[in-house]
Amino acid sequence: MKRSRIALAVTAAAAMIGVAACGSGSSDPLAAGSSPVQAGSRTIVVGSANFPESALLAEIYAGALSARGVTVQKKLNIGSRETYIPALKDGSIDLIPEYTGVLDQYFNKSAKATDSNAVYAELKAAVPATMTILNKSAAQDKDAVVVTKGTAAKLGLKSIADLQTYAKDLTLGGPPEWKTRPTGVPGLKKFYNLDFKDFRPLDAGGPLSVQALKNGQVDAVNLFTTDPSIADNGFVILDDPKNLFAAQNVVPLITKSKVTPTISASLNAISAKLDTATLGELVKEVVVDKKDPVVVAKEFLAKNGLG
Amino acid sequence: MINRILAWLTDRNHWQGSDGILRRLVEHLGYSLTAVLIAALIAIPLGLYIGHTGRGRFLVVNLAGAARAIPSLGLLYLAVLWLGPKLSGDIAFLAPAGLVLVVLAIPPILSGAYAGVEGVDPDARDAATGMGMRGTEVLRHVEFPCALPLIMSGIRSATLQVIATATIAAVVGLGGLGRFLIDGLAVRDTPQTASGAILVAALALAVDMVLALVQRSVVSRGLTGRYAKAPTVETDNYTETGAKPPTPVLQPIA
Repeated sequence: MKRSRIALAVTAAAAMIGVAACGSGSSDPLAAGSSPVQAGSRTIVVGSANFPESALLAEIYAGALSARGVTVQKKLNIGSRETYIPALKDGSIDLIPEYTGVLDQYFNKSAKATDSNAVYAELKAAVPATMTILNKSAAQDKDAVVVTKGTAAKLGLKSIADLQTYAKDLTLGGPPEWKTRPTGVPGLKKFYNLDFKDFRPLDAGGPLSVQALKNGQVDAVNLFTTDPSIADNGFVILDDPKNLFAAQNVVPLITKSKVTPTISASLNAISAKLDTATLGELVKEVVVDKKDPVVVAKEFLAKNGLG
Repeated sequence: MINRILAWLTDRNHWQGSDGILRRLVEHLGYSLTAVLIAALIAIPLGLYIGHTGRGRFLVVNLAGAARAIPSLGLLYLAVLWLGPKLSGDIAFLAPAGLVLVVLAIPPILSGAYAGVEGVDPDARDAATGMGMRGTEVLRHVEFPCALPLIMSGIRSATLQVIATATIAAVVGLGGLGRFLIDGLAVRDTPQTASGAILVAALALAVDMVLALVQRSVVSRGLTGRYAKAPTVETDNYTETGAKPPTPVLQPIA
């Protein structure tokens, strides 16, 4: 009696493993394509990355498009670039606010340009055939390596290059994807020859990163230049003389088949009105004043006659 | 996909180094066992007290039951935002993670302890009192050993849950096997994520088996009926052989 039960259990387990093995094949079960949005061809799905500025820009795009009569669906806070670009490719999202420099480095492994116009031109050539970028805006939000005022004073740090002698005793913090990204740990090694003692994966320039720097858990952290916490806490942004972080103009990345004259006119108008100072102000309202991003977006559009 | 996962798990580079599986395993075990230990230190005495005296049963038991429903990840963010600014250094993230895991581990151990003590055979308690033992002595010598199977089962249940949940420590930048889950998800490295999940499951099962062995050795044999030799069968030495039992010779009391 006992033996046949064991045999039955073993057979069941083997059958389940067998089904799982042939069922998955070579597909990626986490691929965004497993549940594509059945949006009509006139609907635009706007996505965003998992940090407040990206979500805010997505809200601004969505608000402007809605005001022009386009049906908009929002899918905010998807994740890192490695997560949402496949979503863009398979149609789960159609439009996402992006940054020229890092996007260029993502599509073009041998990206070289560092100034705004050159990066934009290089990016335009590197974007896959199914996608396109519209006009860039003057607003830039770059990655930065940030230290506390105390650390900067103690070690005499002004630029990232100054970290070279101290890096082996310092801990670097950043988003988990920085471990492998060309603008992350490998980039710091290649451009500035920095070998940090330890890398602490935190979040994408969010509250965890700010706290880790404040509490001394990390000595240097990756924050975004428009982050209001930098000014609030007296952090010091280290200069980037070798332009590891190239120009990062905000630009809409959109599936080519979804572009219509209305949409491009609307988004280009937004890009024309956005500059770094304005973007910084808007991000401050969301992150520091804790205002609803939808409301902040609406106010920006109303002020500029775009919505 | 399974091939890619196996390839990731068997790659020697993934096991060594400051980012390797071995180091993460040790960190994970460290977080989990510390949390269970602290929870046991809190919950076992409390459970023994409640079971023995019957006081505070309603309040504590229902609180512990409700605490099972607390979402660990949400509590972790709250704890980091609250405790973080008050502490500095590594403890600023270790303390919130530890707090969350301890809160997770307390309910099963507490339930095991008080249910175990409550479920002790009343005859055993009666016999103990009859032998002259007082309250705490009854607790120490009779009730606690009798409650041990349920206490151990509570500890095993808590350890299993804590090992599975300690992956959230990686969300706040700590180590542990959750690192493979989070980092793999961030860069869409599915073999890494899947391997992390498999390792957590394997660790949980392995530790549970070890605790099962501990339970087997610690729990009294009187309860489990586990003896080294087979119980002896009473035999009558005379029926088979046909011999006659010796006649009892009554002697006068001298």
